[in-house]
Amino acid sequence: MTINELLMNRINTALEQDKKLLSIYFTAGYPSLHNTKKVIQDLEKSGVDMIEIGLPFSDPLADGPTIQESSTVALKNGMTTKLLFEQLKDIRESVNIPLIIMGYFNPMMQYGVEAFCAKCQEIGIDGLIIPDLPVAEYHEQYQETFEKYGLINVFLITPQTSEERIRFIDSVSNGFIYMVSSASVTGSTSGFGNTQETYFERIANMNLKASQIVGFGISNNETFTQATKTAKGAIIGSAFIKHLTKNGVDSIEDFIKEIR
Amino acid sequence: MSYQVNEKGYYGDFGGAYIPEMLYPNVEELRSTYLNIMNEPSFKEEFNQLLKDYVGRPSPLYYAKRLSEKYNTKVYLKREDLNHTGAHKVNNTIGQILVAKKLGKNRIIAETGAGQHGVATATVCALMGIECIVYMGEIDIKRQAPNVARMKMLGAEVRPAKSGSKTLKDATNEAIRDWINNPVDTHYIIGSAIGPHPYPDMVTKFQSIISEEIKWQLKEKEGRENPDYVVACIGGGSNAAGTYYHFLEEPSVGIIAVEAAGKGVNSGESAATSQLGKEGIIHGCKTLLMQTPDGQITEPYSISAGLDYPGVGPLHSHLYKTGRGEFYSVTDDDAMTAGLELSQLEGIIPAIETSHALAIFNDKKFQPDDIVVISLSGRGDKDLNTYIDYFKL
Repeated sequence: MTINELLMNRINTALEQDKKLLSIYFTAGYPSLHNTKKVIQDLEKSGVDMIEIGLPFSDPLADGPTIQESSTVALKNGMTTKLLFEQLKDIRESVNIPLIIMGYFNPMMQYGVEAFCAKCQEIGIDGLIIPDLPVAEYHEQYQETFEKYGLINVFLITPQTSEERIRFIDSVSNGFIYMVSSASVTGSTSGFGNTQETYFERIANMNLKASQIVGFGISNNETFTQATKTAKGAIIGSAFIKHLTKNGVDSIEDFIKEIR
Repeated sequence: MSYQVNEKGYYGDFGGAYIPEMLYPNVEELRSTYLNIMNEPSFKEEFNQLLKDYVGRPSPLYYAKRLSEKYNTKVYLKREDLNHTGAHKVNNTIGQILVAKKLGKNRIIAETGAGQHGVATATVCALMGIECIVYMGEIDIKRQAPNVARMKMLGAEVRPAKSGSKTLKDATNEAIRDWINNPVDTHYIIGSAIGPHPYPDMVTKFQSIISEEIKWQLKEKEGRENPDYVVACIGGGSNAAGTYYHFLEEPSVGIIAVEAAGKGVNSGESAATSQLGKEGIIHGCKTLLMQTPDGQITEPYSISAGLDYPGVGPLHSHLYKTGRGEFYSVTDDDAMTAGLELSQLEGIIPAIETSHALAIFNDKKFQPDDIVVISLSGRGDKDLNTYIDYFKL
C-alpha cells in the first residue's frame, strides 16, 4: 500500500474526523439470511461511523454466547463466504462509511487468502479483523497480500498485552488498534471499573501511532462514554445482536440513538 | 526429513499458534518455559516417581500368543490399559499438572469428550489438591454418565458445553473461553496432541514414555529395540504420538495410524480425518480437519467417543503428508469385531478406540517374522454398554 492509498482508505479518513467514532458489529445472515444490506444501510443512516460485518464461523473461540449463537443461526440460515460477497457486491452504491469484515481465519483460508482479499477490494471493503490470525503469522505470511489489495488489518490488544508487544503491533498497524477492554470473550462484562480506566490511560500515555478503538463490554451510552474518554472510538457487538434478536431489523435507529 | 517440531512450532506445514490475542500471554508463558521445566532434574524425578508409584509404570509389553498365531505374525501389546484410570491419558495429565505447579497456577481446566481425559485430569487435581473444572458437551454428559460421576467423585466440577454441536469440539471452545476469561491463575490441560504450539509437542513428549519403554522392553524380549511396525489408533493422536515418538527417525520401523471410519469413509458419518480432511485451522493449529467447502468445521462420527474429533494433531498431518505414516481407516463394525476377538483370544477387553487399532489385520498382511507392536491405549470397562448393545450380550 502506498502512503496515498493508505490515506485514502475510508478507515483512515474516518479516524481523521474530530469526533469519537461509533462502530457496530453484526453477524451477517442474522437474524435472517437476506438482511445484510438493510442492516448496513440503516446503521449508516442512524449515524454510525464504521461497521464490522461478521462472517459467521462454526467455532468462534473469542466470542461469548450471544455472538456464537448468532453465528450458529446465520450458518443454519445458509450464510456462506460466497453469499456474503454476493450480497455486498453493490454496497458501495449506497454506503460510504468504512466497512470491515470480521471473521475467523479458516473460512478465509478455504476461500483462498488472496482471492478473499481481491474480492474485498472489488466490493470496497476497507479492512479485516481476524482474531485468530496472530500478528507474527500475518507479518511473515500475509501482510504483503493484504496490502496489495489495499486492506487494513486490525490487531487486538488486551490488558495483558506487554508494552513491547503493543509497540510491535503498533508498528505493523496501518489503521487502528482494537483495544479489548478486559480479559474476556465478547459480551461478558457489564460496566467499566478502575481497572479499565487505568488500562485505558496507560495505553493513551503510550502515544501510539495507531488510534485505539475499544471493544468488548460496551453496551450503552455510559460504557461508550467511558471507553471513548481516551480512545478514539468504541465498538458495540453483542448488545446490538441482542437488540436485533428482540426487535428485528426495523428499529436499528432506536438502538443507535440510545448510545450517543 | 525431521519429525520434531521446529522453533516456530511447526511440523513441516502443520502446527503454529493461531490464537486470539487474549490467549497470547498464557500460551507464550508456556512456550517460553515448558522445555526448561521438563528438563529440570527435580521435575524429571517427580514425574518418573509418580509414573512408577501412582500410575503403575512401566506398563507391560505383552506378547499376544494366540493373536499372533491367528494372524501368523508376532504381535506385542503395549498395555496402557493397565495404567491408573485405565488409559494412556494419565501420562499427560501427570506431566501437565507438574508444569502447572511450576508455573504457580492454582486452577485447572480441561475439555473432555468421552470423559477419559476429564477423569485423568480430575484424578491428578485431586492428587495435588488443585481446583478442577472440566468442560464436556451437553450431549456427551448424557452419553457418558459413569465418567461424569467419576469426575464429580474426584472433586471436579463438570460444566456442560451448550454451544454449537454440544460435543468435544464445543467443550474445547468453552475451555479456551474460560482460559481467556482467567488469564493469570489458570492452566489448561489439553488432552491430546492438538492445540496451539507448544501443546502438541508437550503432550507428545509426556506420552513418549510409551515408546521409550517399548524400546528397552523389546530389547529384553527379542534382543532388538526396534519392531518392524508400531500401530496406534488416532483421534487427536496422543497415544499414537507417544507410541511413535522414539521410532520416528528409525526408517526401519513402519508407522501405522488407524482412524475411525465410522459407518464408512464416504458414508457421511465418519471421523477419518486424513481421508476427509483438508488443511485448515482448528483450536489454534494448522492441520488436517473435517470441514465444509466454506471452512465451517463439521461434526465427525464414530461409535468410539474418543475418536470423533474433527481434526488430527499436526504431527500426524505431517506424517500423513510426507508418507512417513501409513494411514488406515476402520469402520465401527470391524472395530467392534476386533474388540470382541481380543477379548476371547487374550482375555483383554479393550476400549473401542483401541479396537480400531486391533482391526489393522483386516487391512494389512504382516510377515511371519515381523514384530508388530500395537498400543493397547485403554481398557473397555467404560465401553461395556456399547459392546452390550452392539452384540446383544
